[in-house]
Amino acid sequence: MSHVRHYLSLSAGLLLIALSCAAAAVEFNRVQMNKSALTFAYTQMNVPMEGSFRSFKADIAFDPAWLDAARAQFDIRLASIDTGNRESDDEVAGKAWFNTGAFPVARFVSTGVRALGGNRYEVSGKLTLKGRTRDVSAPFTFRRQGALGVFEGAFTLKRLDYAIGEGAWADVSAVADEVRIKFHVVAE
Amino acid sequence: MNSPNRYTSTAIALHWLAALLIFSAFPLGLYVHEMALSPLKLKLLSYHKWLGVTIFLLTVARIAWRATHTPPPLAATIPLWQQQVAHVLHLLLYILLLLIPLSGWLMSSAKGFPVVYLGLVQLPDLVDKDKLLGDLLAEVHKLLNFGLLALVGMHIGAALKHHFIERDDTLRRMLPILGRNGS
Repeated sequence: MSHVRHYLSLSAGLLLIALSCAAAAVEFNRVQMNKSALTFAYTQMNVPMEGSFRSFKADIAFDPAWLDAARAQFDIRLASIDTGNRESDDEVAGKAWFNTGAFPVARFVSTGVRALGGNRYEVSGKLTLKGRTRDVSAPFTFRRQGALGVFEGAFTLKRLDYAIGEGAWADVSAVADEVRIKFHVVAE
Repeated sequence: MNSPNRYTSTAIALHWLAALLIFSAFPLGLYVHEMALSPLKLKLLSYHKWLGVTIFLLTVARIAWRATHTPPPLAATIPLWQQQVAHVLHLLLYILLLLIPLSGWLMSSAKGFPVVYLGLVQLPDLVDKDKLLGDLLAEVHKLLNFGLLALVGMHIGAALKHHFIERDDTLRRMLPILGRNGS
């Protein structure tokens, strides 16, 4: 019986903590898409190149006081890529690259967020791109700007892990394997 | 070593190196322009740009040589007006060999592809990315190259005419080996 009582009081205590956290802290969960951006950087013959995805959906819930509940999901419409050059935009939509006909959307779903100290955090999750799912994690910073929360982070993926650039394009001496993905998300 | 009617070995070496690079960069540029996007195209395009930057630097070195040396005199049998025309053509060649790489560099910047010389040294972007400017500079780059093609044609034609028809030492002054047997 003492077990049960102990369990009950523990549950009540946890519930109380959870409620007080929810009341005291603010959860940022409404992403302002017009202020958010998803960009990428890579090198081509050692030439630094940059691009972005014009269309993506970000769904986040983040409360710095309650990281266990933090989550994020990104859905990126791959055909909305802007490599800075139309010929390249057309090329990367093709089968050897994203194959947007068969795989129109890339998805990131978080599995957890941990604190790295100060305003730094790290989100881990699964990125699915061209039918392949890999674990990724990205450090990011979080800062408040009035009522808004600003998240800024980046991570590097290897495009060949997702078969992005097959056949002749698998040649990493022309287009590097590493692609730096950067996100800037503003949420209320 | 340098007899008065021959260019110095430095000038001769720089001239023929420039010729080799120009005769590589020009057809490479034409070829790459027609290629569909591929890893090979990206590589060849980079090599083309590296050749162009090298030609620019080489031309600066050659102008420096020219500014500090007096070229060996042309044969006295060559009419003055021809000598003057030759002088103007040489001047135009130097100008084009500076302007063509420069227009290519600006075009790269305007098209949003910075130039990284030899994959090591990134040149600054002198103009911002601008599609219209990029297209315009591509046209300028092409026209300047057609100008170069015409001038190089005249340059070679004149050298051969002097060598085989007038049989003077105009070409021999610039030949690395045959020059020593000459006059």
